[in-house]
This record gives sequence, structure tokens and C-alpha cells, in this order.
Amino acid sequence: MKMTVAQAMVKCLEQEQIQTVFGYPGAAICPFYDALLNSPIEHLLIRQEQMGGHCANGLARVTGRPQVCIATSGPGALNLITGIATAYMDSIPLVCITGQVNSDQLGKDVFQEADITGAVEPFSKYSYIVKDGSQIARIFKEAFYLAGTGRPGPVVIDVPTDIQNQTIDFEYPETISMRSYKPTVVGNARQITRAAAALKKAKRPLIVAGGGIFAAGAVEELNKLAAKSGIPVVTTLMGKGAVRDDDPYYMGMIGTHGVGSANQALAHADALLIAGARAGDRSIKDTGVIARDCTVIHLDIDPAEIGKNIAVDIPIVGDARQVLDALAEQVPYLCCEDWLARLVDLRSRNSTKSLGSDEAYVNPKEFFLRLSEKAPDNAVLTADVGQNQIWAANYYKVKRGRFLTSGGMGTMGYAIPAAAGVQTADPSRTVMAVCGDGGFQMSMMELGTIAYYKLPVKIIVLNNHFLGMVKELQDRGFGRRETAVELGDKPDIAALAGCYNIPSKKLTSMAECDGAIQWLLSTEGPCLLECLVHPDESTL
Amino acid sequence: MKHTISILVENHAGVLSRISGLFSRRSFNIDSLAVGVTDDPTVSRITIIVNGDEYTVEQVTKQLNKMVDVIKLKQLDSSSDICRELLLIKVRCNAKNRSDLIDIAQLMQAKISDLSSNSFTLELSDTPQRLALMEEMLRPYGILEEVRTGAIALQHGTEVL
Repeated sequence: MKMTVAQAMVKCLEQEQIQTVFGYPGAAICPFYDALLNSPIEHLLIRQEQMGGHCANGLARVTGRPQVCIATSGPGALNLITGIATAYMDSIPLVCITGQVNSDQLGKDVFQEADITGAVEPFSKYSYIVKDGSQIARIFKEAFYLAGTGRPGPVVIDVPTDIQNQTIDFEYPETISMRSYKPTVVGNARQITRAAAALKKAKRPLIVAGGGIFAAGAVEELNKLAAKSGIPVVTTLMGKGAVRDDDPYYMGMIGTHGVGSANQALAHADALLIAGARAGDRSIKDTGVIARDCTVIHLDIDPAEIGKNIAVDIPIVGDARQVLDALAEQVPYLCCEDWLARLVDLRSRNSTKSLGSDEAYVNPKEFFLRLSEKAPDNAVLTADVGQNQIWAANYYKVKRGRFLTSGGMGTMGYAIPAAAGVQTADPSRTVMAVCGDGGFQMSMMELGTIAYYKLPVKIIVLNNHFLGMVKELQDRGFGRRETAVELGDKPDIAALAGCYNIPSKKLTSMAECDGAIQWLLSTEGPCLLECLVHPDESTL
Repeated sequence: MKHTISILVENHAGVLSRISGLFSRRSFNIDSLAVGVTDDPTVSRITIIVNGDEYTVEQVTKQLNKMVDVIKLKQLDSSSDICRELLLIKVRCNAKNRSDLIDIAQLMQAKISDLSSNSFTLELSDTPQRLALMEEMLRPYGILEEVRTGAIALQHGTEVL
């Protein structure tokens, strides 16, 4: 079928069942936008390109499929970089489309020219600059395949304006074969048997679940293995929600900002199954964190992660869903009640002490406990970066919903756009965005997107007038020499929401907490709850 | 410790920059790098000599293998496999010592690729060790300049990548 490359690009997205895209137009991407007008695909005009990346990121995480963001050439593409790198660090599948200057002007430093494929090379799974329009269908097919298979990640397609205007014969390929890209899916049977034997022998076995559990769609298999074998589970920040927070086998989040019960479990386990986690420095600082006699089983789809951060006894390369299912078949119930009882006791001692009270300031830990009680089971909570993120991670109880945050890159300003993206998948689902006053001010332009498209996101701003986590670091590591961390009490965040016609409320103590949560969850459409938190409130 | 890695990659634009970018951003040290097309014009072959311990080399091979453009790679055994570099070396010479230089060239099986009244350019394709020997032999005559390619290597016998 004859059509322009721009029309073909839109057809490719339709073929990939894309329903919503997030973007910001500009001259170099105008032919594509013109073609998009004739498509049922919904386009959300975000307020800054990075935010479009985070929107697509949130949507990709709840749909389990690659999602799309769009930017124009030069500054548009450059603004998107942080969104791309954020997705790369957390292995989130994105297809990022950027406009580019005319192909005969490439390399001549013309208006709004930037080498985006060169710039994103270190933190994209792959990138294309399209120089022959007839290849567009193959490139899109490959891009979606690369983004969504193996270890997922962002793929960039950079299309010069003149190429978008070429007329081509379009046919979307049915199948795909790349000789240089064949991810291992099925785990080695012998290694799985060895792993099962090691778990059976263990007195203190433990599963560490990471973000790969979601990437592989292995939540059910993980829970099956844990329930059948009675092995306790801890998660990384990215793995939070892989088992329900109220599951009797769940011991919490490990790492620098994890809880005591989870870190103690990690330190004393004699067999560890690390599943879909890269054992990054914030989760497992180094091999020294793990007991010397511990047998480490590392399951990951990416062979390069095995042995990179910690020493491994039994490596298994493969899809977590398939491997965990196989392990669940082979591992019987292990009677490790003493071990479990010890961890349950430790878990009961995870504290909620705070400077907040019924008189003044909100206790963020207690706030999240109460929020979890009232929020629907399938609610999605996106957490920004900093203290708000850790409070949410350690005290918000995920049931059947999701907890989404920028784990690897720690990108401030992630929560609000990610929540907006998640909400587009299902307007009836409760989606909450949690951020501090710092992250809020990095993403508050997206109140515009939320208001314009009537996305009923519930925004929770934990306002302490400071960059709390950096302040805490300066207090503890630099002798209280606080510098460049005070944001002050401007703007009036609740009032600012009013400018967008988003209803808001301020919570200044715990006395009104339940009422405020009730209001937040029952308000129709978007709303914002600002919680005043003591500047010296500690992260843990 | 030096390790030789031979890599087959898709022959299209940007591949070399992706490979070299991987080395710099992950702090791997490249001693030498050579790239050229193979008998299949869609495939290029890259030979990299990397300096590092076992952990580093394992990481290098895994990270390279992960790259979408990499078709296949193998770590070669420097003791049994065939490894060659090409050296062009220009030395000072005069009528008196020219015959000495010709002797060295013959002994080393180097080719005389250029000659002038007071310079002499030799060409030698051999192992890095033999090139170093040749350089030592010529040093007393005054090396004007030299250029080397990165090492290229193939496996011994019928083994192929």
C-alpha cells in the first residue's frame, strides 16, 4: 500500500496495538503529527518531553508492553534523554520517536539539530536513525521487539523530516528474525535442578525478588514458589509489590533504605535465590552483606548481570516466569519454621516513630499505613525520589496493585507524569502520585496535562520545605552543614493546584489524617493533598 | 593480563562507535582495536586486545554479547591462535649503513616498501613480539616515524567463529 513514511509510522503504532502516546510536537516531527490526526491513537500533549518519557514508562509498567513517547529534533529530543535513561536503568520497554533535521543537512549544525542517537547510546537498548524510508516498517517491528523482549529497555527511532515525507510501499512484517539478537528464555534444566537442591538443603532460605519479576510477568509463579516451599521473600525497591505486603512470608525491602527484618534476613540466609534483580549497590552493597557460607543462586534474563555485582554459586540465565515455575515444581515444602518465626519477630519491630503527631506535622510512616488500609486493593502508587519514596516503599502496603518508582536512576519528578501515564490505561483505577516538594516542583507543569485530559490522579505532596534526603545526608555526613537544600514555603502548593482547577487540601497534623485520606480517595477527578512534614523527620 | 577477543558484528554505520563507547563507559582498557569487513559484506570482524583480570574479561565479553549488533564473539588463545599486526617503520639511513638495514630486513622477512637517499621504510606483518624485536633492531639507526595497525587474529586449524 502506497503512503508516506509518516503515515507508515502511525500504521506501525496501530499494528502494535498502541492506544495512547505522549509527546510534544515541533517542526521536525510535524509530518508524523499530521498523519497521527487520522488515527484512533490518542495523543496526550505533555508539558515537557522528559515527562512524556515518564508517562510512557508508567503505562508500560502497568500494561507490560512497550509504550511510545514522541519529541521533535534538537531540544525536544534532548529533554527526553532523562526519560530514556530512567527507563533504561529500570529495564522499562519504551519506543521513543524523535524528529530529526532533513537527512541532507545532518551533521551541518542546522537549527534544532542534535545527534540524539549518539547521545543516548550509553543508556538505550538500541537506536535507529532512519536514512531510507523503505525500511521504516522493519525498523518499527524490530524496535518493538527489542524494547519488549529479553531484558526490556528503551529503543529510539530518529526520523529526519524529509524521510517522513517520502512515499513508500508499506507492509508491516508479520515475523521478525535478527541473527544478532536472540535472548535466552528457557533456563538451563541442570542449573534449575542444582538450585532446587540447594534450596532443599538450606536451613535459612530466602528469595530476593526484583523488578524482573514484573518484567517477566512472573508474579504468580513467584508467589506459587513462596507459598509452596514456605521460603520467606524480601524485595528490592523495584520488586516491591511482587508479593503482597501483608503476605505472611514477606519480610520487606532490602538495602540502604530497607527495613531491619529484610536486611537481617539477607545477612543470615544460608541460601539466596535472587530473582530478576541485578543486586545493585542500593540493594546489596557488596558480597560482604551476604553470609560467607550462603549459597547464592542468581536468576536473570541478562547474562551480563550475573557475576557483575556479587559472586554467584549457581547462575541461571532465563525468563523468571519459566524458571520460577520450574523451581516451584521441584521444591517441596521446607520446614523452616524457626527461621520464619525469627523473621516475623524482626518484622514486628520495624518502627513508625516520627516527629509528626496529632498536634503538629504529619507522621509520613503512619500516613502510608493508613492510606494502604483505605486505598482499593488494586490501586497504583507512584513514588518520586527521596524521603517520600522510602516512606512510601516501607509503609505503603501493596496488595493487588503496583508500586512504581524510578529505582535505578532515582529521577526526581517521576511520580506525577508516571501516574498520569498509568491513569490513561484505566480511568476507573485509583492511581496515586506521591512526591516531596522538590520533586513536585520538577514536575508540576504536568498538573496542566492532568487537568486538561481530566486524569483522576490523586497527588500527595509531602512538603517539608527542604530537599529532605540530601539535608539528612548533610546533617549526618557533613556535621549539619546544610547547604542548597532549603526550598522554603513557596509556592503555596495547594493554592497552585487551584490554578488548574484541581481541588486540594492541606494536612498539618495527624488529627485530620483519616478524613483527609477519605477526601483524597473519594474526590472525583484529580485532586491534591499537601501533607506538612517536619523538616527533621528521618528517612528510616 | 592481555586477552584477545574476536567479534563478528553487523556491518552498518555506528557499530564501531557503539563498541568503543561500551569500553570507555564501563572503564575497560583497550590495548588495540582492528576492524574490517569479512567475506560476507554484511558482517564486519573486530579484533580487540583488552587488558584486565578474569572478572574484567568476563564482563567485557558479556557486555559485548549483549549488544544488539554483535552476532558472535570468542576469546582467542594468544599462544596457539594466529595473531598479526602490521608495522610501517621509517628509519634514517645513508650509503654506509644501507646494507646493514637490508640485512635486518631480510632476517626479519620484512619488505622494503620505500627508499630515499637518507630514509628507508620497512613493512612487516608479524606477531606483536616480532614487531617489537624489529623496532629494537632499528632503533640504533634512528627511527623517524612508525605506524602500526591493531592486532588481527584467527583461530588455529579448522575452528571458525
